[in-house]
Amino acid sequence: MKGRLRFIVPLAVFGLLVVVLAIGIRQSPDKDLIPSPLIGKPAPEFSLPSLTDPSRRVSSEDLHGHWYLFNVWGTWCVSCRAEHEMLLKIKQAGVIPLVGLDWKDDRGDALSFLKDAGNPYQTIAVDRDGSEAIMWGVYGAPETFLVNPQGIVVYKYIGPITQDAWKQQILPRLPPTQSPRGSSS
Amino acid sequence: MSARAVSIFVVTLLAALLLASSTAYAIAPEQMPTPQLEARYLALIQGFRCMQCQDESLADSPVDLAADMRRQIRDMLLAGKTDQQIRDFMVSRYGYFILFKPPFVAKTAWLWLTPGVLLVVGVLVALRVIRQRAALAATDLEDNDPTDA
Amino acid sequence: MIPELGQFTLILAMLLAALQAFFGMVGPALKRDRWMAAVIPAVSGQCVMVAASMGCLVASFVANDFSVQYVAENSNSALPVFYRVAAVWGSHSGSLILWIFLLACWSVAAAIGTQKLPKAFASRVLGVLGLISFGFLLYTLATSNPFLRLDPPWPDGESLNPILQDPGLAGHPPVLYTGYVGLAVAFAFAGAAMLEGRLDKDWARWTRPWTTAAWAFLSCGIALGSWWAYYTLGWGGFWFWDPVENASFMPWLMATALIHSLAVTEKRGLFKSWTLLLAVLAFSLSLVGTFLVRSGVLVSVHSFAASPTRGTFILAFLIVMIGSALALYAWRAPLLKSEAGFELTARESFLLFNNILLVTACATVFAGTMAPLISSALNLGKLSVGPPYFNPTFLLSMLPLLALLSLGIHARWKRGKLGERARPLVLTLIAAAVIGCAVVFGLFTGGRVLAPVGITLGAWIILSSLIDPIDRLRRHITIPRAVLGMTLAHIGLGIFVISITSVEGFTAERDVALGPGSTAQLGAYQFLFEGVQPIEGPNYSGVGATVIVTRRGAPVAVMHPEKRQYWVQRTETTASSIKMYYTSNILVALGQDLGEGHWSLRLQVRPLVSFIWLAAFIMAAGGMLAISDRRYRLAPAEEPAISPVGAVTRGQA
Repeated sequence: MKGRLRFIVPLAVFGLLVVVLAIGIRQSPDKDLIPSPLIGKPAPEFSLPSLTDPSRRVSSEDLHGHWYLFNVWGTWCVSCRAEHEMLLKIKQAGVIPLVGLDWKDDRGDALSFLKDAGNPYQTIAVDRDGSEAIMWGVYGAPETFLVNPQGIVVYKYIGPITQDAWKQQILPRLPPTQSPRGSSS
Repeated sequence: MSARAVSIFVVTLLAALLLASSTAYAIAPEQMPTPQLEARYLALIQGFRCMQCQDESLADSPVDLAADMRRQIRDMLLAGKTDQQIRDFMVSRYGYFILFKPPFVAKTAWLWLTPGVLLVVGVLVALRVIRQRAALAATDLEDNDPTDA
Repeated sequence: MIPELGQFTLILAMLLAALQAFFGMVGPALKRDRWMAAVIPAVSGQCVMVAASMGCLVASFVANDFSVQYVAENSNSALPVFYRVAAVWGSHSGSLILWIFLLACWSVAAAIGTQKLPKAFASRVLGVLGLISFGFLLYTLATSNPFLRLDPPWPDGESLNPILQDPGLAGHPPVLYTGYVGLAVAFAFAGAAMLEGRLDKDWARWTRPWTTAAWAFLSCGIALGSWWAYYTLGWGGFWFWDPVENASFMPWLMATALIHSLAVTEKRGLFKSWTLLLAVLAFSLSLVGTFLVRSGVLVSVHSFAASPTRGTFILAFLIVMIGSALALYAWRAPLLKSEAGFELTARESFLLFNNILLVTACATVFAGTMAPLISSALNLGKLSVGPPYFNPTFLLSMLPLLALLSLGIHARWKRGKLGERARPLVLTLIAAAVIGCAVVFGLFTGGRVLAPVGITLGAWIILSSLIDPIDRLRRHITIPRAVLGMTLAHIGLGIFVISITSVEGFTAERDVALGPGSTAQLGAYQFLFEGVQPIEGPNYSGVGATVIVTRRGAPVAVMHPEKRQYWVQRTETTASSIKMYYTSNILVALGQDLGEGHWSLRLQVRPLVSFIWLAAFIMAAGGMLAISDRRYRLAPAEEPAISPVGAVTRGQA
């Protein structure tokens, strides 16, 4: 680069840097959220013992053909307890069933928690050693996956579901005709 | 019996055998049966980022999630998977973010090419400057070079 | 009362900084002698006010005044006094006060040091420093005021993060910031030169000692941080290419390039616009580093509690300071020309490559650090960049540099013939290669391909650096301090290269699980685990293990790694036990409780690791020695200026 022009290069590069930094500031509240590569891909197949009745299995095959929300939680997780009320509201709305994954939890603790606070889940699978969570790319609780009738993960929400998240992120992704599921197990 | 259950059984068996055969060593929580596997295991767990303590590798992180993922890697190694298959497994679930080494794909090529390109450009610029200055030095008859640093 | 006084003096300091900036830059422009004279009192006044303000903050900490929010968030009555003082800079707001305080100190030093320089130039230097001070003071008062009160006051504080309760906190930030902030002086010299429209050999001679001093402090500060990480984090690592570490390393690389570029400008009047740019960029990187650490833009375990407001404010400050400096550069730099020449093998040529390689290395680190940010800003996905990227790319630039160094220090200015130096150089290279291979294949088996290369390069640098001093001693010529300093600094670098190579290549490491009475073997050492006992400290409790280390039966050490639970913060930290010997370190860290008295332990033997930090201190010492050379204490030089820009006369503008 000849002549006087090359002396403007540092300023120009700095200008680009400022733009990147400004965008970075705007995006910074979300920087800890890792987008899931599972979006648009099939949900992992699983067959795990049920929390309420360990002799039964909860399997992904049974869930094929309907929409469901796959919610990863544990009684040890403070944010999950905060989310619980919202989950009960979702159950009441009757639009989409909640399938719970009790992640690295104690069975007794989980059952007594659900007895005291209410059970928003249609069924609950138990992941005792954490290997199922890894299949879903879970790295913290709570995390919720929206799965469509073909078994594809359509959306992932990280953190406790809020009213806004339900109205603006989850509901719009569901088709208008959704019949309420049966009662919880 | 699921594949996972089988591999857990095998690992437990191996651990028991290991215990029985080596009295000088007490229980090693994540030890592999052969040195090659051990080397691969260490290399793998040092190359993955812990997703909860995002500044630490799986090797160094004390959290439960890291222990679970290390176990997963161990299981996969014992089941005969290659390093690349294990990496693909993790990336398909957690994205490129889990790797400390950014991959060389279209979206990250700029990062890997930058150092080399800058170096080549820099050297070319330096050579051009030297050529110009050497020409000036050739016509300069004085020999008044300053000494010292 | 005291916190209010602290805030009041801070506001006064800001006003004085504004005056300093105004008089310093407008005075020379309008040729007002009285205004220029007013700068010095403004500088000292600002320093006094800042010192008073900092004193008030320290007093609030020591007195456990929990009505002050910042004290309540960072201290606790159970905290020992030593850490109460160190806690002042343990978090964002207080660290800014430290920054401002050190900047005020450097400004006073600059005022004294530029006394004998042309008045207008000195005023401009202080004026630029005043502008920087003003910006930081405004930022602190507006977004990060440490004197805010809590109503009602808390009964006790949240205490200091346990990792920070360590002498490292007392040493690392002050020393590091002294270096960071010191680069502002070089920046101010560059700014003054651009405002005046002239830059000559004198300017380079004036700027050099300030740059080298800041560089020396920065070297020590980075080394202290690395050392602290090594013995605190418990895993034996000392450099992670973490964004915050890179934020301090990039200015260091740029400052190193600047020191060498200034040498060329001082001696031959060459590379003027390049040196000017480096001076601007070095401090700019300090500022960008400050931004990265405090704005919450990057993921790092080291970063301060961040908020977008703080980030936006610093960004605005960056735009003003760096933007105007680079705009000035674009305007003034094209006028700086010189007609001197040099040959391919001349010293100028080597220093040119030195600069190219250092700046490339810096740009590489910059790219890797900013990559996650750039990637998500352009919606290319979430990226993570760690040591597997930085290590090879950094080496790409550094290996050629290290190889050329040994030759470059013997190259003469202008005409490059090595002459009588050729033979000793070849001999030293052979000696170094022999050492390299002997060490690698004889003492240590295994190791990587680069190990013999690394040791050879390091050994050659040391031997080559000694050729000139030994030659002068033999011929009874006195060695100027500048040459001694340079020699010492380069030897330090050689030691650094050897140490890093041996640590990376020859570290032995194992994670084991042991029950009481069991032994594990690592290298030539046996580690006998005796078990754990509960322990108590002034503000923590936990467990401590006893591990007896022996080597072929002979006792070596008794080590006590601990796991501490701090009462107030309820976090757990690992205090690993490190035994340092002349040639290697043994590290034992306590891992997880496996039940029934069994614990997992990390064992590590790292050869030569302490020399890494020792080498950094040697480099810094070399720098300080070089500064003390006579020629920097002389008044404006005997040599006439040759810059053709603006006024031909030197002296008052």
